[in-house]
Amino acid sequence: MLTVAVTLLGLLFVTFMIGRVMPIDPVLAVIGERATQAQYDEVFLELGLDKPLITQFAIYVNDVLHGDFGTSIRTGKLVSEDIGRVFPATLELATLGTLIGVFLGVPLGVLAAVYRGRWIDQVARFVGLIGYSMPIFWLGLMGLLIFYGILGWVAGPGRLGVFYQGLVPERSGLLLLDSLLAGDWTVFKDAFSHIILPASLLGYYSLAYISRMTRSFMLEQLNSEYITTARVKGLSEWTVIWRHAFRNIRIQLITVIALAYANLLEGSVLTEIIFAWPGIGQYITTSLLSNDMNSVLGGTVVIGTIFVALNIFSDLLYRFFDPRAK
Amino acid sequence: MTNLLDVENLRVTFPTRSGTFEAVRGISFSLGRERLGIVGESGSGKSMTGRAILKLIRKPGIVTADRMRMGDTNLLTASEREMRRIRGRHASMIMQDPKFSLNPVMTVGSQITEALLTHEKTSRAEARKRAVGMLDAVAIRNPERVMGLYPHEVSGGMGQRIMIAMMLIPNPEILIADEPTSALDVSVQLQVLEIMDKLVTDRGMGLIFISHDLNLVSNFCDRILIMYAGRIVEVCQAGKLHEAKHPYTIGLLNSVPDLEHPRPRLDALQRDPAWREAPSVSALT
Repeated sequence: MLTVAVTLLGLLFVTFMIGRVMPIDPVLAVIGERATQAQYDEVFLELGLDKPLITQFAIYVNDVLHGDFGTSIRTGKLVSEDIGRVFPATLELATLGTLIGVFLGVPLGVLAAVYRGRWIDQVARFVGLIGYSMPIFWLGLMGLLIFYGILGWVAGPGRLGVFYQGLVPERSGLLLLDSLLAGDWTVFKDAFSHIILPASLLGYYSLAYISRMTRSFMLEQLNSEYITTARVKGLSEWTVIWRHAFRNIRIQLITVIALAYANLLEGSVLTEIIFAWPGIGQYITTSLLSNDMNSVLGGTVVIGTIFVALNIFSDLLYRFFDPRAK
Repeated sequence: MTNLLDVENLRVTFPTRSGTFEAVRGISFSLGRERLGIVGESGSGKSMTGRAILKLIRKPGIVTADRMRMGDTNLLTASEREMRRIRGRHASMIMQDPKFSLNPVMTVGSQITEALLTHEKTSRAEARKRAVGMLDAVAIRNPERVMGLYPHEVSGGMGQRIMIAMMLIPNPEILIADEPTSALDVSVQLQVLEIMDKLVTDRGMGLIFISHDLNLVSNFCDRILIMYAGRIVEVCQAGKLHEAKHPYTIGLLNSVPDLEHPRPRLDALQRDPAWREAPSVSALT
């Protein structure tokens, strides 16, 4: 628990320092360039910039602990409110993307390992290679062009069509979940047809990563002696693979999946921009472009905290799945 | 007495970049209800022989033979499905190191009951009861507790006794023991061997005991095959090992230190290239 606290404090320190060393005058960002010197001085004192750095940091940590990231200059609202609004969009997208990546990537990786060197392995390798090497903005644009523009199978950019906005009460901020809770199928369908393309795209990227890792973990296990033991017992190949070998890679897979998930939560900026997805990646980028440091730092702290939380979570699962870790 | 196993002209080959490599080069032997020892140095093909009998040689390895018969089953033509019925149920194998041959994330109990449930339709409660009984038979104290342990929580000797329990629970007729004591402390080696010997004798099983330890094998087995470079160079009754004629066997015997008659220098084995090319001796009965 102490390491977690230290990690988070370190994260706050880094974001705080970034905020201070950036060549952006926080006072000017508030009052604009045409303010008088008197106004400047007033705001300067108001922001506490006259105090020593260490005091400023203490105030900052205290504020953050109380959920106060300051006010966004761009939107004029509290940063915490803004993040509360944009984060569910990213969470929904990243979660669906990771689910797609896991449910397709893990079996693909297992098959590639079992049929090593055969056609399915080659297919998995090719799929992975494209996933690794194609820039996501290109695939995103191509996806939009084909599935939205030409085929019309999915909805275009955004989270929800204009007609459907505000129809279901917001409970979790996750549109799919909210519309299900409200029992509104038309909204659910529309939200689904909006999210499926960007989520598949993100899912494809984590699939590439997850399937390659699954493959190499499985190969390692399939060469172990206890697999021979399982075969000697007369077990079917299916049981040998899933009950014996796969059970041993769950532990490693959890780490990989947690990393892939964290990756999508923090790094889907390009996807969010291409699909006009009002998520945290887009929020941070737009804020950065308008010198809105409070929002940028607030977003960074939230993402960092999630990263740490996911790591703790995967450590806990570790203990659950690996008898040796108890 | 009918043989449990007959093997004629068994070959195990692996394709390599520079042609094929023959690990086993045409050996013939049979196994009755006896303890058959296979002795040889590393790479002599003894482990490959054991695995070939269960058709556990993975691709790209190839197993060929003129005849390979276990009871009424022709192993050469047996499908993978038929082999699965034979493995465990009719012939089983114990490997060298229980640290690697037990699944680290499954409890001892579930691994033993799995071996039984694969071949018999019994209830889980019944399987569990028999697994506890089997652990008791391999002299494990407090078997109920051990059932819930994971492999890393038991010692090496205990792990190997668990392996024995697991492999014998579906009552196979043949047990292949591939260096079953090589990874164990000397102090527990004999204990494990005695337990295995007692179970194999009580059940009237055939045992193939693969080892590099000539002394151990001669004390423990009825008949011994000595393998060299993928072939059998000599077959002899365990009691008559001192009458062995092949220079390789004699060399092996001479390179064993003797506490009663210490020698200043142990003999090093002088290898004759002709041994490689000598035809394999048949150990068919």
